[in-house]
Amino acid sequence: MAIETLELRKVFGSKVAVSNLSLTVRRGEVFGFLGPNGAGKSTSIKMLLGLVKPTGGKAFVLGAPADDVKIRAKIGFLPEDFRFYTWLTASELLKLHGRLCGMAASRLRERVPALLELVGLTPHREKRLRDFSKGMLQRIGLAQALIHEPELIFLDEPTSGLDPMGRRLVRDVIRAQRDRGATVFLNSHILSEIEITCDRVVFIKEGEVVASRDLRACPDDEIRVVARTRNLSTETVAGLSQWGGSAGLEGERLTMTTHSTSALPDILRYLVASGCDVFEFTPERLSLEDLFLKIMGEDRGL
Amino acid sequence: MMGLWIMAGVTFREAARRRILWTALLAGSAFLALFGTGMHFQVKDFTRQSMSPFIRYQLESGMVQVAFYAVNMLAVVMTILTSVDTLSGEMASGTIQAIATKPISRWQVLVGKWIGFAGMIAAYVAAMFGGVTAVGYFIGGVLPRNVLNGALLVFLECLLLLTVTFACGTWFSTLTNGVIVLGLHGLAFIGGWIEQIGAMTSSPRLVTVGVVSSLFMPSEAIWRRASFEMQSSFTRALQFTPFSNASAPSAAMIGYAVAYLLVAMFIAIYHFHQRDL
Repeated sequence: MAIETLELRKVFGSKVAVSNLSLTVRRGEVFGFLGPNGAGKSTSIKMLLGLVKPTGGKAFVLGAPADDVKIRAKIGFLPEDFRFYTWLTASELLKLHGRLCGMAASRLRERVPALLELVGLTPHREKRLRDFSKGMLQRIGLAQALIHEPELIFLDEPTSGLDPMGRRLVRDVIRAQRDRGATVFLNSHILSEIEITCDRVVFIKEGEVVASRDLRACPDDEIRVVARTRNLSTETVAGLSQWGGSAGLEGERLTMTTHSTSALPDILRYLVASGCDVFEFTPERLSLEDLFLKIMGEDRGL
Repeated sequence: MMGLWIMAGVTFREAARRRILWTALLAGSAFLALFGTGMHFQVKDFTRQSMSPFIRYQLESGMVQVAFYAVNMLAVVMTILTSVDTLSGEMASGTIQAIATKPISRWQVLVGKWIGFAGMIAAYVAAMFGGVTAVGYFIGGVLPRNVLNGALLVFLECLLLLTVTFACGTWFSTLTNGVIVLGLHGLAFIGGWIEQIGAMTSSPRLVTVGVVSSLFMPSEAIWRRASFEMQSSFTRALQFTPFSNASAPSAAMIGYAVAYLLVAMFIAIYHFHQRDL
């Protein structure tokens, strides 16, 4: 396993930031960590990186305790809102981080230009960070997280402050890391990006995992059906509940959810047999955002 | 151990790159120019007044002591101001996170930074003491006693304040840290004066109050020992000026200051290791 936590807990004074976090992340997967503001995501990441000491429970990264200093040579981290010494140039920053990771000068001579090229900062390699925009800082932050070709990469809101090209770049980088066998632990509020890039996600609420989804396995659960019908009786609509989900009718628009694609032909036959006219019948998988709102509830505007 | 030296190097480089060191040295050069000008006119006036060579030498030695006193104050202020936000500031901004997640121990981060600042302070104290000594010697014809001892003691004083600043920086915000360390040094400063007055007026209780304040923060006591080491017999005879000593701290007090520094360093390392970043 790349990451394994068991009943991880962190309390700040009287505030419980993470109550009981147990999760596993497999090696080589891109893992999404989702939850509303204040759910304990950042604190959890900091515990996994040894920045915050847990109040209770256990955490292992790449098979070693999370506070093991040596294991960090195999870990890369892009903090949320990356900031660093503004008097350094982009090249110097990467060299410094490479040296801190124990890289030899000869290897750095190859890696630094390659990474600057990767994140599109080659023309700015001798510019000091004080002259960087927020997006450029995020790009150089991403580069420092990758400088030593880590086995496990934590990205905390990596697309924060990035324009669409920058977001595409982050997606490409994540895919490239997965392709070379690295594990990526991604914390982002942009669910559409999580949906595109992640293999698996967990939803965390009040410091606890409340649900997980394998996004590559195309699960059968949570299918929404949108249909356009006429002459549909309320009794027929009520009868749709036999397929497990909720159903609602607004004018000609019927929406319902079910848990299996195998139920779709039966539902369609049921509607036709009830005597209604069906003009459209479209099954849609729940988007990650729908799933997120369903799991978290829509009233948590924190 | 490599991480420690990388952090020391980057801290020293930061001082140079952010022009902290150069600005301090420029201000120090301005001070030396002022001191040299003053000494030049003093020498001319003494020559015109046909002053006795002995008295003249002692007065010029006193002038050099005044310069060392000013250098000591500049070094103390520079030490505190430049280092006060190195830990608290980086923790508040989150900069420390990118470093603390690298494969180096937290103690190496802290001690590396400390060494970087110590190097900068050493350069500053050496340059300023060298400058004052050179001006005193080449313009005033005065060579103060035990300058090296004095410089080393002022360096120790700065290291003590640096370490206390680091220790407080692992707990408090930059502003609070600055207030605490300057407050402690101010306490030591006032305590030093109280001790001097006590020695002058033969009041043991005042001396005790001064000694106790030095136990709280022995920085000023180190300077007074440095001043005692460097002062001429005439300045010592004056007894009661900011630049001379009626009551010189003992070697035991210097030993206490070293122990204080080591304890402060231990506290800084321990708390930085334990705290959440």
